[in-house]
Amino acid sequence: MSASASAPDPQAATPLLRVEDLTVELGHGTAARRVLKGISFDIPRGSTLALVGESGSGKTTLARTLVGVHRPSSGRILVDGVPLRPSRGRAGAATVQMIPQDPYSSFDPRRTVAQSLAEALDPIRARVRPARIRIAELLSQVSLDPGTMDRYPHEFSGGQRQRLAIARALAPRPRFVIADEITSALDLTTQAEILNLLADLRRRLSLTMLFISHDLAVVRHVSDTVAVLLHGNLVELGPTGATFAEPNHPYTAQLLASVPGDPRFRLDDEPATA
Amino acid sequence: MATDAPVRPWRRNPSLLSGAVILGLLVVVALVAPPLLSGSAETLTDDARLGPGAEHLLGTDAFGRDVLARALVATRLTLLMAAAATAASFVVGVAIGALVHLAPGWLRETCLRLIDSAVAFPSLVLALVIAAVLGPGTGSAIVAIAVAGVPGFARLTANLAATVADKDYVLTARLLGVPGLRILGRHVLPNISGPLLVLLSSSFTLSLLDISSLSFVGLGVQSPQYDWGRLLNEALPSIFAQPSVVLAPSIMLIVTGVGAMLLGDGVASLVDPRTRGTAPAPAKTADAAGQAAQAKATRAPQASGGAGAAPGTEPDGLLTVAGLTVRADDRTLVDDVSFTIGAGQIVGLVGESGSGKSTIAMAVAGLLPEGVRTNASHLALGDLDLLGTPPERRLATEIGIVYQDPIGTFNPALRLGTQLTEVARVHLGTPRRRAAQDMVRALADIHVTEPDRRLRQHPHELSGGMLQRASIASAMTTNPRLLIADEPTTALDVTVQAEVLRQFRRINREHGTAMLFISHDIGVVGVLCDTVLVLHGGRVVDRTTGGDLRRGTVTHPYTRALLAATPAAVEAGGTLSAVRWTADAHAAQPSGAPPDDLSDDLSDKAADRPPAAEGSR
Repeated sequence: MSASASAPDPQAATPLLRVEDLTVELGHGTAARRVLKGISFDIPRGSTLALVGESGSGKTTLARTLVGVHRPSSGRILVDGVPLRPSRGRAGAATVQMIPQDPYSSFDPRRTVAQSLAEALDPIRARVRPARIRIAELLSQVSLDPGTMDRYPHEFSGGQRQRLAIARALAPRPRFVIADEITSALDLTTQAEILNLLADLRRRLSLTMLFISHDLAVVRHVSDTVAVLLHGNLVELGPTGATFAEPNHPYTAQLLASVPGDPRFRLDDEPATA
Repeated sequence: MATDAPVRPWRRNPSLLSGAVILGLLVVVALVAPPLLSGSAETLTDDARLGPGAEHLLGTDAFGRDVLARALVATRLTLLMAAAATAASFVVGVAIGALVHLAPGWLRETCLRLIDSAVAFPSLVLALVIAAVLGPGTGSAIVAIAVAGVPGFARLTANLAATVADKDYVLTARLLGVPGLRILGRHVLPNISGPLLVLLSSSFTLSLLDISSLSFVGLGVQSPQYDWGRLLNEALPSIFAQPSVVLAPSIMLIVTGVGAMLLGDGVASLVDPRTRGTAPAPAKTADAAGQAAQAKATRAPQASGGAGAAPGTEPDGLLTVAGLTVRADDRTLVDDVSFTIGAGQIVGLVGESGSGKSTIAMAVAGLLPEGVRTNASHLALGDLDLLGTPPERRLATEIGIVYQDPIGTFNPALRLGTQLTEVARVHLGTPRRRAAQDMVRALADIHVTEPDRRLRQHPHELSGGMLQRASIASAMTTNPRLLIADEPTTALDVTVQAEVLRQFRRINREHGTAMLFISHDIGVVGVLCDTVLVLHGGRVVDRTTGGDLRRGTVTHPYTRALLAATPAAVEAGGTLSAVRWTADAHAAQPSGAPPDDLSDDLSDKAADRPPAAEGSR
């Protein structure tokens, strides 16, 4: 799946994103809680790492640390071997972009789609007219009709807004993209549309992506490697297919067996854990 | 949703129209009155203290000047003063509020507290003090009122900005590299402009009254100039002898205030694109497959409302629903749905949002909101007729309900014990202590840890999974004949969901409770339910079994499309089906193969292929 695996890439040795022994604490003083506890992983260029965990496991904290909202209390985040600084401005935008979870609060309701995308292309001036061609390209890249660019977000459905959010995240041509639970607010069919779109974009643009989800079944469709977080610890890290077939950590096995529709799912036996 | 072509904003917005007309007339008066009427308004004559008459509509004052003319001429000065004061407090207040919002944490908190105390101080008193310090006069009145209005704008701006700053679009803009001041101007201020404009208009009204008050008490406009407050001041000594003199400035004040308020409301709804009334045309994606499936579905032969024709009623059905139709306004939420639940049976309702599954459940429980009309040829739980008004006690004891959001189900202010035992105490008359003991046992049964302590806790102290178990235990206290569960595991983590599903199965096995289980998750419904109704657009489009769903041996095209869109049911790397299926022409097909052309179409056009757009790198 990953494009860089076969190509003789001089930088293939260094992964695009490397997280080393990352620890994040939220809150101050006595209220401080250690949300991420020394986690390490790599994302090679052009591949997708899925980060799975239940609520409170620290997934969203990790995403927000990678985009600079939280500061790590120890550990390093390297992009192409260079430490990621919480830089604002265009340089930061071209490094990492995030597709937020809620398609309803991620667009300014008073700005047209074209205005929102123009801002992604030119954060300072955000002028629509010189960018119309590029905005149309971005919209058709996510299978939206470019003729709709002058509409307001409330005129789009949840799935269409999530396509818009993807288009906006790709606009600054970031080196990697974080997708934070982007299908959890969507209907089944809409979720399928978005997942297919992501698979397609991954193929065509060889995106490097961190895909965060609580849904193992979704993760199986979009990732090359999978990482499982439990209470801030990384308990499982491996190729998606192998991990799903043969999980190493008991928690991963429990997660897999909890998915209705998975052959390991049992409704009648009382499980070992209470 | 569907509205006709965009209507002129004026017509949709009567308050904007009337406010603009009133203020427009006042502006015309302010422009025209001084040159035309200052003669009769300011010339001293001998016709002092005349009553209302043909010559002087509202009479004359002590110096023989026309009262109406003076009130109209005073419009210019009054409006100018109020507008100047309001504009000054708006600009300064919004600037302060915005800057406070951008300031670092500790400075922001300090400033906010200062602004709060300034707001708490009565603005008219503040204005009086300032006017007294600066000395009476037109300029000092404007400054006093402007300063007094600043804290209101500053606080509203800072508070509203804080709520908008939490939105994802502000975070995203920051990620895109938009500088702070530009975020403020581009995202924050436009999104708080509605409330600010409303405050602007009410603030204009207040400034008008405050300035008039200052003039009235002699701290504002001084003779020979006059505004409405000054006119009231001059009219006061003769108010009993000549009440008509007070009338003109008072009416002008009231009319101006009302006009400003109406205009403010109108403008506020005008600037918001969500209420502007653009026709919400479907901005449909290039979803060729969906269009094709829709077209085929419309052409499909089974175009009949046959759901009611074969309800498949079992003779010993516990819950019988026949021909259930629910309408709200002119929309049909549930269209001719029929099914039965036998004793001890679990029936699932599955469908996407808007399919009517929750509406059916609420109709059965008699919990539909006002204004929703329910019709059915038969709707009964055993011998209890659910149409009309069934006895409340029987309804409360024979149907148990578990809702989607366990946190929203409980009152956060009350201990769990009080809430969980309420049904037993109120409807069964169980003594408090016995009810508590029963509840402890029920909680232990459903694997709630430390059940004794839970009863003394408040809802926020429990996890979502524990709360949902508690609400199941609470729903089961009366040993109801039917348990309705509306998306009971949607808000839960997957391992917790599996645990809760096991509890539903255990209750069903041990108590023989029949269940109506609603979910959007076809996997959940498949593992738990005996019979499954697939809903689309308020109709039952397929009746199948949990076993068929698990094995994937379903025949109806929509059910197959749903399964094909379910990530857990599709091989990794396989393409998920994202077909938009329209059931308008499809009624329920209790059995029988789907039309061949449709199923073929679904299998090979399933992929949501975007048009060939060139890659961007």
